[in-house]
Formats: sequence, C-alpha cells, structure tokens
Amino acid sequence: MSNLLDVKNLTLDLPLSAGVLHAVRGISFSAKRGETLCIVGESGCGKSLTSLAIMNLLPKITERKADHMIFEGQELQGLSENQMSDIRGNKMGMIFQEPMTSLNPAYTVGDQLMEMLLRHRKVSRNEAKERAIYLLEKVGITAAASRLGQYPHQLSGGLRQRVMIAMTLMCDPALIIADEPTTALDVTIQAQILLLLAELQREFNVGVILITHDLGIVARVADRVAVMYAGEFVEEGTADEIFNNPTHPYTQGLLDCIPIPGKTKRGEHLGAIPGIVPSLIGDIQGCSFRDRCPYASSACGEHGIELSSVKEGGDDAAGTHLYRCVLSAAECAENLKTMGAA
Amino acid sequence: MLIYSLKRLGVALLVAFAVSMITFALLRFSGDPAAAMAGEAATEEDISYIRTHYGFDRPLYEQYGRWLGNALQGDFGQSIYLKVPVAGVIAEKAPVTMKLGAFALTFALVLAIPLGVLAAIRPNSIFDRVALTIAVVGQALPSFFFALIMIIFFGVTLRWLPISGSASWKNFIMPSIALGYYATPAIMRLTRAGMLDVLASDYIRTARAKGLRPGVVLFKHALRNAIIPVVSLSAVQLGFMLGGSIVIETIFSLNGLGNLAWLSIQRSDFEMMQAIVLSVATFYILLTFLADLLNAFLDPRIRVG
Amino acid sequence: MSEVAKSTSVPTAEEILAPSPMQLLLGRTLGHAGITIGGAVLLIMLFMALFAPWIAPFDPYDQELSRRLIPPVWHEKGNWTHVFGTDGFGRDYLTRIIYGSQISLMIGFLAMLISGIIGTTMGVAAGYFGGRVDMVIMFFITTRLAMPVILVALAIVALIGSSLEIVILVLGFLIWDRFAVVMRSATQQVRSMDYVTAARALGCSTLRIILGEIMPNIVNALIVVATLEVAHAVLLEAALSFLGLGVQPPQPSWGLMISEGKGYMLFKPWVIGIPGTAIFLLVLAINLLGDGIRDVTAPENRN
Repeated sequence: MSNLLDVKNLTLDLPLSAGVLHAVRGISFSAKRGETLCIVGESGCGKSLTSLAIMNLLPKITERKADHMIFEGQELQGLSENQMSDIRGNKMGMIFQEPMTSLNPAYTVGDQLMEMLLRHRKVSRNEAKERAIYLLEKVGITAAASRLGQYPHQLSGGLRQRVMIAMTLMCDPALIIADEPTTALDVTIQAQILLLLAELQREFNVGVILITHDLGIVARVADRVAVMYAGEFVEEGTADEIFNNPTHPYTQGLLDCIPIPGKTKRGEHLGAIPGIVPSLIGDIQGCSFRDRCPYASSACGEHGIELSSVKEGGDDAAGTHLYRCVLSAAECAENLKTMGAA
Repeated sequence: MLIYSLKRLGVALLVAFAVSMITFALLRFSGDPAAAMAGEAATEEDISYIRTHYGFDRPLYEQYGRWLGNALQGDFGQSIYLKVPVAGVIAEKAPVTMKLGAFALTFALVLAIPLGVLAAIRPNSIFDRVALTIAVVGQALPSFFFALIMIIFFGVTLRWLPISGSASWKNFIMPSIALGYYATPAIMRLTRAGMLDVLASDYIRTARAKGLRPGVVLFKHALRNAIIPVVSLSAVQLGFMLGGSIVIETIFSLNGLGNLAWLSIQRSDFEMMQAIVLSVATFYILLTFLADLLNAFLDPRIRVG
Repeated sequence: MSEVAKSTSVPTAEEILAPSPMQLLLGRTLGHAGITIGGAVLLIMLFMALFAPWIAPFDPYDQELSRRLIPPVWHEKGNWTHVFGTDGFGRDYLTRIIYGSQISLMIGFLAMLISGIIGTTMGVAAGYFGGRVDMVIMFFITTRLAMPVILVALAIVALIGSSLEIVILVLGFLIWDRFAVVMRSATQQVRSMDYVTAARALGCSTLRIILGEIMPNIVNALIVVATLEVAHAVLLEAALSFLGLGVQPPQPSWGLMISEGKGYMLFKPWVIGIPGTAIFLLVLAINLLGDGIRDVTAPENRN
C-alpha cells in the first residue's frame, strides 16, 4: 500500500530576537490508510508544530523546509494558500487539543458542520444537514438532529470533542491529524474518545497521525510510534518494537517512569529523567539528550548522530525499528536489563 | 431573559427620573425662571407677580412634583419664549438631529471598522501605522474647528457642498463628518484590538484547518465575534453625538434639537431646556438598552436558556 | 545541594551592573516616541504659559485698529513684527496665542483635579466596598453618563454667567465619569489580590488599606486617565468659549479667538487656523503623553 503522506527531512525554524529557534530538526515520517502513527514526546519537543506543519497552519514567522512532503502524490511545499485551503478539511482533517475553545461560539454546531461540506462539495443544504446528522450519530451523540441547533457553549467538553471529530469526517478525508485530542478531557471520556477514533479508523479506513505525550494512549492505539525529543526523532518503530525493546536511553527512561500494575512494587522508586530540555536556539552540537543521559560519553558531543537500525542484517523488518545513539543496539539492550533489575 | 429585560427597564426609568430631577434642580438653582419669563423690560412687580402666579416661589420639590405629574401625562410645559407646548416643538426638531446622528455614526463605522480590520490583519505594518495616526489625530482635532475648515474648503473654495440649512441629504454630509469623526478613533481601536484577540483564538485556527477560504474566515468567523463590543460602544457614541450636536448644528444652521437647545439657552427658556436634556438622556438610555439587546442577539453565550 | 549554595553566594558582576527596574522604566520612557514628542510639545506650552509676560512681544489686550488683520509672516503681506499677524481688533496674535496657553492649561489642569478627586473617590469606594455602595455609585455614574455634558454645562453657564472660574468649576463637576469608571475597575482588580486580603487579615484599617495597598497599584491607571481628562477639559472649554459661553472676551482663550475670527475666515483663514492648530497641538501632545505612559507602565492595556 503506497503511503498517504510521505515527509522527508522536515525542519522548522523560528527566527527570534535571541537567535534562530530550531524547533524541528530534520524528521521523516509517513502515514498509511488504516494505520495510526503516534508521535510521542514531552512538552516543547516540537510535536505540535510538526502537526501544524503538515497543513501549513504554522505561525507566520516559521520557516518550513523539507526534502519533500508528498500527500496523495502531490507535493505540499510551494502550494498557495488557496490550494492548501482546498486540501484542508477536504482530504486532510485536524483535531485540536482544546475542545472548549476550538468551536466558534457565535454559530450553531449544525452551521459549523455543514459549512465544511458546503465549502468543499457541491451539495444542497439538506444533503449537508443529513450528513451532519449521520456523523453526529456515528460519533455517539444522541438526539443528533436537535444538537444541530445548539451552540458550543451548551455542550460539555467531551461532546464538543466528538463534534470536532464528526466535523473532521464531514468530507471523508484520507488523513486525520490529531494533536493531543484527549489531553483536556477526563480520563473516562478519554477512553471513550480513543475507542471512537479507533472504530472510525476501521470503518472509514483513514490514516491517523496522533500526537501525544501519554504513553498509555500510545500503547492503546499506535501501529507505529516515533519518539520525539528536542526536535528530532530519537527512536521509531512499530508499537511492539518500541514497547518490547526500547533502545534509545530516552525511550527507556520514559518507559521506566510508568508504574506497571502488578510489576511495580509498593514503595519502589519510579524512574525519573533528571534535567530539562536543552535550548534549541542557535547551533546545536551532537546529541541533544547527552546532558540527561546516564550513559553519555565524550563521543556524544562530537557531531550529529544518524538514525541506525536496531536489527542488523538484511531482514525485511530490519528497516522499521530505528534509533539515534552512538551506542550499539546490543549495548542498549544491556542497559535495559540493568534498568529493569535495579 | 424577560426578567433581565424588566430589571434593566426599571433601572433605566430610575435613571431617567434622576436625570430629570438633577436637571430641574440645576436649572432652578442657576437662574430665575420668573425673570426669564418676564423678559428684559419687566419691573420688580412684574417678576414677583409671575413668580407667585406660576408657583416659582413654592419649594423646589413641590415644583418638581408638579412638573413630573404633568410630564407623565405628556405635558412638558409651555415654552416660555415660544408660548407653545414644548413637546410639540421637540417632536418637530428631533428627527433632524436623529438623522444627523445616524449619518455621523454611519460615517464613523464605515471609516473605523475597515481600518481596524486592516490594522489587525497586518499589525505593525504601514496600514496599522496609518490607522493609528488617524486615530490619534482624530482625537485631538476640535470638532468645530474641523467643521469650519471643511466649510472653507468644500463649501466655499470648491463649492461642492452646501454649508447651511437642512434642505437635502447633501446638507448633512459635512455636519455628519464633523460630528462623526470623533467617534472613529475609539471604534477603530476597539475593532483592531478585538480582531487581534479573535484572530489568535483556537476557533479561527479550526476554521482555517477546515479549509474555509480566507475571506470567510475573516468575515464570517473572526469579525462576527470581534464586532460584539463595538456594538455597545457605537450605541454609547451615538448617544454622545445626540447630546453634543449643539455645536455642529449651530455652525451649519441645522434645525434640530441642538440648535433648539442653543436658542433656548439664549432665551433662558427653562421648560424647553429641561425637556431637551431629558429627551437626549432618554435617547441615550434607549440606545444603551438596545445595545444590550443586540449584544444578546449577537453573542449566544449571553442569552439565558 | 549546589543550588542551595548558589543562592547565598556573592552576586556576580553581571547582576550588580544590570539596570535597576527604575532605569529600565526610564529607558523605555525616553525611547518611546509618543512620550518624547508629546512631552516636548507639552513642555514648550508650559514654558509659554509660565513665562508669557517675558516672552510675549506685545500686550494681549492692546487694541490698535490701524493694524487690523495683518497676515502672518509667511504671507506676502506679512512682516516680522507680528509673526502670527493680528486679529480683527489689531491685537498681536502671537502674544494672544502665548497667553492663551495659560488659559487652556489652567482650565485643563484644574478641571482635571476637581473631576479627578470626585471621580477617584467614587470609583475607589465603589470598587473597594462593593455591594450596596457599588450599586448606588454605579447609579450615579449611569445617570451622569446619560446627561449631555455640553448642554448642561451651557445651560448652567448661561444662567449663572460665565467666567474662567465658573468654567473650571462646571467642567470639574461634570467630567468625573471616566475617573470613576476606570478607578472602580482598577480597584476591583487590585482588591481581589492576595496582598490586600493579607492586609485585611492583619487587621489594617480600611483607610490604611486603601491608601497603602490599593492606591499605589492603581496610580498608573490614574495618571493615564488624568492626562486624557486634561485634554478632554481643554476641548470642552474651547467649545464653550467658541459658543460664547466660556471664557469671556477680551481674554485670549483659543476657542474664543476662533469664534471671534469666524467672520474673517473665508479671506483670512489664519485667524481661525492659528488658534485651531494650537488647540490641536496641545491636545495631541497630551494624548500622546497619556498613551505613552500607558504603553510604558502597562502595555497589556494598549489597544
């Protein structure tokens, strides 16, 4: 199956008064229909900007560059704002983090749903209305017809997020980008929304790129995972590979922080990664994680580190699990064992 | 919603009462209605006769009570000078002032809102600086001076526009501009600030992510929300214009309430002055009330239930 | 542990040499175009007003009908004796403009003081005590807002008789509304701050809290409103004098000069142009200064 979206070597630079902020430093990823790619990382690693970069909704001062950004066979860079607006909402949809403020308070839910279809397709108002009701029901909103006339402030956060999801599906997009869609919601609602997204993906065969900082969510929904740190992917692979064989020290550290019911003993220390994310302003030398890495050495600061494959040899699956470290995969596996034993 | 409206109406009525009371007291304390009525050639006897006859020597609250009683029945007294019922004269002149006010506000809005939107889309650009300069200049120019300059330029030198009377709509062009431009800076700044706020909001980002065209995002989504506080401000500004029209009306010889007020002041026509101040205050109160209703209409979050 | 040691160590050279908050404020103030330009023009006007008797070339009331309506020096018929020309009574215009600044500034400043005291007292009371006090004061404010200032001022002045002092009093007692509204809202904001709650918990008297905690924190807003109200008063006085119910002739109020010059304005436009520009420049300077002060002290309020 060919890729829906193929991004190679994306960089995002923001010229600030203090210098140039290299928010995203050369990441490559792709999305396929029916598959969920999770980009996971802590605040400030550049994942939100990455999601905005695909649709070109970045702040005006941002400089976006990539070797290529191909969506359904079309290069996205260089498209005019008008051409992009034809794609947005139509072939690609986006769900944002804050359902409470992402809907226009002055218009009804129905109006905001219908205007999407009316914008991108030649349909009548009635047809748009029917589609809106159909999708509202699909996302689990009862009394859908009456909801059309309601205003956003009359709905709870969970309901608003469902409306957002329905809105994204109005034009039957091939790709949905979800930027922390459940972060602002209660845990129970979170589970419902994730389940909903998974169902809809199966039913409509959309490709999903999910941005999150929550490894629990990643474990639940991801087919592929990219771990992002300080503007780079430090590890990527299938969900199985990442969770069963975390290779990069950062990934290992992240997983160590999570208590596992049954395994983690009462009173046991949870792992922690000391330090803070480094500044990304100005030139950056070597590995950006080395100040916080327990296995750092002088080799880490010399030059940029390329992604290498975890599995050696010419396996077909060898190419999917990649990591960015000077240590060999075997050394990393050893570290993992030591960590588990401690 | 109904209870809210009734409460507002109640407060509005109270304010109207208060205005009439204060104006009554101020006028009575400042001058002598008996002397005014008697005219210049009157003797002391004439004046004290008028004073007793019309009850000007009664305590103030009693005089006010009588006025109020009459007013509630629609009788606002007789013009001391013109010897005709006050209410009729006001009803005759009010439309001219209202027309002037409406035109002036329209001018202010037509100038201010596009400028404010442009300044917000391109902050710190040349548009922004031009808009802010117009705002700063507009607030510093005295309206009567501006009016006179326009008369010299457009009325006499270029002879494009008539400079007095209220015969046709052309007569209202210069007066409307002179009266309206003072409201432009405030409205423009509010529009600009509101648009800047709204354009940075999440729902505008959603609108763009939906692939809506830039014009639709700007007008249907952004302006619609940013304009809400401008409505209230416009109503207040219109109220001020109605009250401040006296200078413009005298310069351009427009036959409205402002002009009437000027004549009444010169003739010490108490009854008329009282009624004019009350009329203008009532208009203002009505306008703010209307603005509240309009707000509720524009912003669904304000409506209850 | 190293963090604890750091905080009690000797300050670095950079920390000592870093500019103090006051210096930063001064830097921003002087770098702000509005403040420098507005402030400069205002200083010139103040200078004119204070040193009028020494810098004015003539006497402002000295009529000399043989030299009526001489144009200003940039006109072909003008001369350097009368730089701004003369008016319909032969009085030197430059002199009258200089003395006129005294009138505008005095009225502007004094009216602002009176309305400032009234309005601030009402606003702070309403904002601090809330409840019934707030309701009553808001009612007064709404009532005042509903009254057309210019009409009421004109009516009173017409009946009492007008003079410089009356104009100051009437304006002062009428234009306090903005003070009240802004001070009320500023007080409400400050009142909800923790340090006020702390002061109350300590048992400080109300007066002490208002003067010690609230006032210092609303003083910025107060200064901004005060400058804008000076401008407001100047414009109102000009309008009143223009209508003949402000400062009385032969005093050189700029508004009055425009009114007196109206008859000649078609063929000798400088007679209204010069005083009009003077009013414009003064009000512009005050507004620029007020906006600038607001930008420098509380940029989040700019719009």
